[in-house]
Amino acid sequence: MLSFIARSGVQKIITLFFVSVISFMVIHLAPGEPSQVNPLNPKFTPEMVERFRKQFHLDRPLYVQYGYFYRDLFAGTTVSWKDNVPVLKKIWERFKNSFWLFMVGTILTWTLAFPIGIRSAIFRGGIYDRGMTLFSYFLISIPGFFFAYILIILVVNAFHVPVIGMETFGLGTIPWYRELMDRTWHLLLPSLLGATGGIAVLSRYVRSQMLEVESQDYVRTARAKGVPAEQVHYKHALRNALLPFVTMFGLILPGLIGGSIIIESIFSWPGMGRMAYEAILARDYPIVLTENFIAAVLVLIGTFVSDVLYMVVDPRIRL
Amino acid sequence: MEKPLAPRESRWREFWRLFKRNKLASFGLVIFVLFFFTAVAGLVFTSGPNPFFDPSMVRLEEKLRPPLSAPRGNLSPQAIPWSGVYLLGTDELGRDVFARMMQGAWVSLTVGFVAVGISVLVGILLGGISGYYGQNAVTADQVIGVVLVIIGIGLFFAKAFASGAVLLIPGGFWFVFSPRWKKKWRKAREVGWTKILSMRTMSIDTVIMRFVDIMLCFPSFFLILTVVALLPASIYNIMIVIGLTSWMGTTRFVRAEFLSLREQDFVTAARALGVSSGRIIFRHMVPNAIAPVLVSATIGIASAILTEAGLSFLGLGVPPPHATWGNILADGKNYIFDAPWLTFIPGIAILIVVLSFNLFGEGLRDALNPRLREQS
Repeated sequence: MLSFIARSGVQKIITLFFVSVISFMVIHLAPGEPSQVNPLNPKFTPEMVERFRKQFHLDRPLYVQYGYFYRDLFAGTTVSWKDNVPVLKKIWERFKNSFWLFMVGTILTWTLAFPIGIRSAIFRGGIYDRGMTLFSYFLISIPGFFFAYILIILVVNAFHVPVIGMETFGLGTIPWYRELMDRTWHLLLPSLLGATGGIAVLSRYVRSQMLEVESQDYVRTARAKGVPAEQVHYKHALRNALLPFVTMFGLILPGLIGGSIIIESIFSWPGMGRMAYEAILARDYPIVLTENFIAAVLVLIGTFVSDVLYMVVDPRIRL
Repeated sequence: MEKPLAPRESRWREFWRLFKRNKLASFGLVIFVLFFFTAVAGLVFTSGPNPFFDPSMVRLEEKLRPPLSAPRGNLSPQAIPWSGVYLLGTDELGRDVFARMMQGAWVSLTVGFVAVGISVLVGILLGGISGYYGQNAVTADQVIGVVLVIIGIGLFFAKAFASGAVLLIPGGFWFVFSPRWKKKWRKAREVGWTKILSMRTMSIDTVIMRFVDIMLCFPSFFLILTVVALLPASIYNIMIVIGLTSWMGTTRFVRAEFLSLREQDFVTAARALGVSSGRIIFRHMVPNAIAPVLVSATIGIASAILTEAGLSFLGLGVPPPHATWGNILADGKNYIFDAPWLTFIPGIAILIVVLSFNLFGEGLRDALNPRLREQS
């Protein structure tokens, strides 16, 4: 176990190094320079550009820039090129907003996908199963923002659910429970939309996993012994079908950044995804690179957690 | 003694029988074929100097007309659509949405196919190398050569041509001549420092699979967005970027298939007969490994179309003058209350096509699944 942790730790650090090199190269080798974003702006005199380049080491060779950038990143002193605010502080602000969206979305996904998947598997081929199959394909296939607009039109007209931002503008000082309700109300639609794809995919996966287990010999034996159907499904089958999902707990971490760009743009949600998008458009490289680095760290932590969890729940696995 | 029996039905026939049982998948296939013909018809009818339907004809006095409305006012004869009415209405510039949808069908189809084509090619190549030659070790001189070439190319991009060339030339020479040199050298005894060069470092399999791990660390939509935003807007960049960021799954499938196939008797037999490696790979192994690739390619086309729509929504999709379903939808959303058809027609079209690809892909997976085959 210890040797596995050490080995995979080393491996992940090497991977992370290459990720940092590749993302740095992708961004810096692309045509155009951040100092040329707005050449028509009269404030951008050549001296300004020169000072800008000097301040952010843009006049140095790439490998020196790489060294500077990651030294600053680990020291926590990287600043955004646009407003000189420390990047980590900016990201932390946005992270707090994204976190709730992500948490509620994840909870919705996991609490809805399992009942749907299990029921589909138990009543395989029935009307519920077929309906759900078609419905989940429908959810996978619809363009996210199109679905969001349909929902916005329907929901806004029917229930007056707010669709812009995180809280109602200009509320002033209100008691904390009112604020909590206001926040929850705003969270409802974006998190539901963020969860739809996950619900569809996960419920299909739960279904196939259940079917796989239900066709095994020991389940048939249990049935032949006369064990009640409920007990066969939930005690014999479900417990074993759950194994692979334990590992998926680790793999949902990266969704914190990558999965939310479009949703956050639609609902003007000030989260990490939207910040990344704005930073890309403004060529604010420190933010883009830092977010990318954090995303890679999250992926690596996720795979590591899922490997360890797998070892814990399944004693047959020896890594 | 009994003669060995040939299988009663050919593989293709068996597949078709299994596939037909799946109604949803058959529905998907029908829509897929219809979409394909629509796209080809769209290419034929909307391109050329004097197209049948003109997707770029601007009629400012006829903007935001609902579907099936007849042209009014004094339009020049070539501005009146061939069908006599605006079948699917007009957009904010008075362009015929039907013509734009026809053109967009072809563009969306090409984006999907080319992107997936790239990812499948890269995936089969890397997965095949990793699965078939994976056990071979990379020697130290190969590592040095590759590093030289990569740094050289990097320097070229960074506009340091002189130092780039200094690194590229020996690296390139090594690539071209080292196989010949090695054959000669094998006869001569290796002495002294040359031993270091032929030291084994790691297996090819490790190199490729670590590279897959590295690529999987990037959040894919974020990476696509970054590259598309930084590169000049063009339809080719979008295809290439989507293709180059989605090959990892295919690589893993192909590698897994190859690892199990290369141990099987028919491959050993072919090798014993003296069949060349290339022929074993392409004639014997690839056809047996292609099933999961086909499935993931079908679903990949669907997700490429969705990715393109998402990029269009963020304003980074295929630039005009090309119409795609994604950018018709993204433009239409600004008029969702005044002209809902601009949103709903492309949206539902994308939904149906992507749905059919997904259903078809899943049906393919079920029909190619050997366990399901045995049951019937």
